[in-house]
Amino acid sequence: METVIIILAGVLVTVATYLILSKGVLRIILGTALLSHAAHLLLMTMGGLKRGGVPVIWEGDGIYTDALPQALILTSIVISFAVTAFLLVLAYRTYQEKNLTLMARGLKDE
Amino acid sequence: MNNILVMPMVIPLITGIILIFLRSFINLQRWISLGVMLAVAGLSAFMLKMIQTTGIIRLDFGNWQPPFGILFVGDSFAMLLVLTASVVTAICLIYAFVSIGQAREKMFFYPFVLFMVAGVNGSFLTGDLFNLYVCFEVMLLASYVLITLGGTKPQFRESIKYVVINVVSSWLFLVAIGYLYGTVGTLNMAHLSARIAEAGQPPLITVISILFLLVFGLKAGLLLYFWLPGSYSVPPTAVAALFGALLTKVGIYALFRMFTLLFYHEPQVTHTLIGVMAGITLIGGSLGAVAYKDIRQIVSYNVVIAVGFILVGLAVATPTAIEGSIYYLVHDMIVKAVLFLIAGTMVALTGTAKIDRMSGLIRNYPLLGWLFFIVMLALAGIPPLSGFIGKILVGQGAVEGGNYVLLALGLISSIFVLYSLMRIFKNCFWGETIISEEEQVSLKKSLLVPCVILTAVSIGLGLGAEGLAVYVKDAANTLMNPSVYVEAVLGE
Repeated sequence: METVIIILAGVLVTVATYLILSKGVLRIILGTALLSHAAHLLLMTMGGLKRGGVPVIWEGDGIYTDALPQALILTSIVISFAVTAFLLVLAYRTYQEKNLTLMARGLKDE
Repeated sequence: MNNILVMPMVIPLITGIILIFLRSFINLQRWISLGVMLAVAGLSAFMLKMIQTTGIIRLDFGNWQPPFGILFVGDSFAMLLVLTASVVTAICLIYAFVSIGQAREKMFFYPFVLFMVAGVNGSFLTGDLFNLYVCFEVMLLASYVLITLGGTKPQFRESIKYVVINVVSSWLFLVAIGYLYGTVGTLNMAHLSARIAEAGQPPLITVISILFLLVFGLKAGLLLYFWLPGSYSVPPTAVAALFGALLTKVGIYALFRMFTLLFYHEPQVTHTLIGVMAGITLIGGSLGAVAYKDIRQIVSYNVVIAVGFILVGLAVATPTAIEGSIYYLVHDMIVKAVLFLIAGTMVALTGTAKIDRMSGLIRNYPLLGWLFFIVMLALAGIPPLSGFIGKILVGQGAVEGGNYVLLALGLISSIFVLYSLMRIFKNCFWGETIISEEEQVSLKKSLLVPCVILTAVSIGLGLGAEGLAVYVKDAANTLMNPSVYVEAVLGE
């Protein structure tokens, strides 16, 4: 199971890298969102995907999945959420001010 | 009593939150934030003394024993940096009072500066890898806001690049943490150190260590500094000074921690790589510093050179070189701040950043000129000033370690630093006076005060290196002997 998830994360990273290297600002932001998905999947996988109960103490039979990576992912999700929100508004403001959405030519001074 | 250790992070954080509610009372915001930064500086000076008598202090949050909870660890290295960061921030705030402008002050300028300092101090003090990531994000988010605050066109242009680069490097940080957790199974730095030592750092962990080198290289501007000159030249002067003094230094701190505490078993791989990267950084920074005619670009490339130089000390990794790096790190935080402040003042006075459009400023603003002169000498490492002792110790360490190439690059880069700044001095301060005395923009005294204080601190640092030596020796001792740190955290 780990192998499958790792390959999936790899695909996400590939797509994200391609998007980040493109010209459109929105594509770049989509790329960063995909990157964070890949990182979260990876964190979960590195903690081990072995079968076990939900990490809630009164459920399951004494074998639980590792709770630490889940806490890390939860923290990292909100952080990347905040950064993405900021980045989207920044892109919107740049579009308003300069009416441009392309990174390559667009964001140089006209 | 150990609770005092969390204060350098918590006090700015809480004050920042309170200041959000005091949005329209600008004067109140100013004095509260200045008072708070001075209080944090005082506290960290007190803790620095305390560490000398009681050894490394640590604080386990929620009373969870070390490998399980998050903790703060205060050793001399971290505390020296916290102290310097707080002092520099306090002085940059004085400059911001006059220069930043009402519009920005009303849009939560002071809270964000305080949040950034909270992130910086938290990164210095934490003893947990994921907590370091979170503190980095606190610092970076505040810095995103500070770099865009005001919304001028160049700011928009550079800030998107800055944010995207940092998102990518934070992602890399997260991936590296994931791999390390998957391999070693812990996130507490001392526990990590112990486990890596047990396993003898197999190749897999060396690979992860190189991933960390990339992450912090991006944050610190080690070799991967392409984003730095652009983003450091667009924000207002006070913000640029804070960035130049604090942000890259946190990356450098993290590199020192990682490669002295965790990944020190394969120096022929990792430390050689750091040496190569530092060498190329020195060359690239030097070329950039002499290539441009824009004051801000020249100053930003000087930040890059300093990063390279400090990392030479880590690459060499003898006790002398590490000591030298610590001296130079403290010196550089102070002197880069004043360099950015003076450069920004010059741009504000003349209305241009191009050095060939300024001339003969020394006639109109003699004090500013001589301050720049002193700072220039301090940066180049002329003996009585603060940069000297760091450079000489790093040099001595490089000779001991037999790293003559790095030694040569380090010394040549000093000449480039001197040349690039001398070019500003010669072009802008010497020569025909182009501003007549009636036309000159009056230089507010309050803009000069912070520059004078910082220069005085820098001179004091150079003359009083003896007084600092105890702390630097202790810091270098902890860095060179990871067991001291591990025992302080996991012992008992």
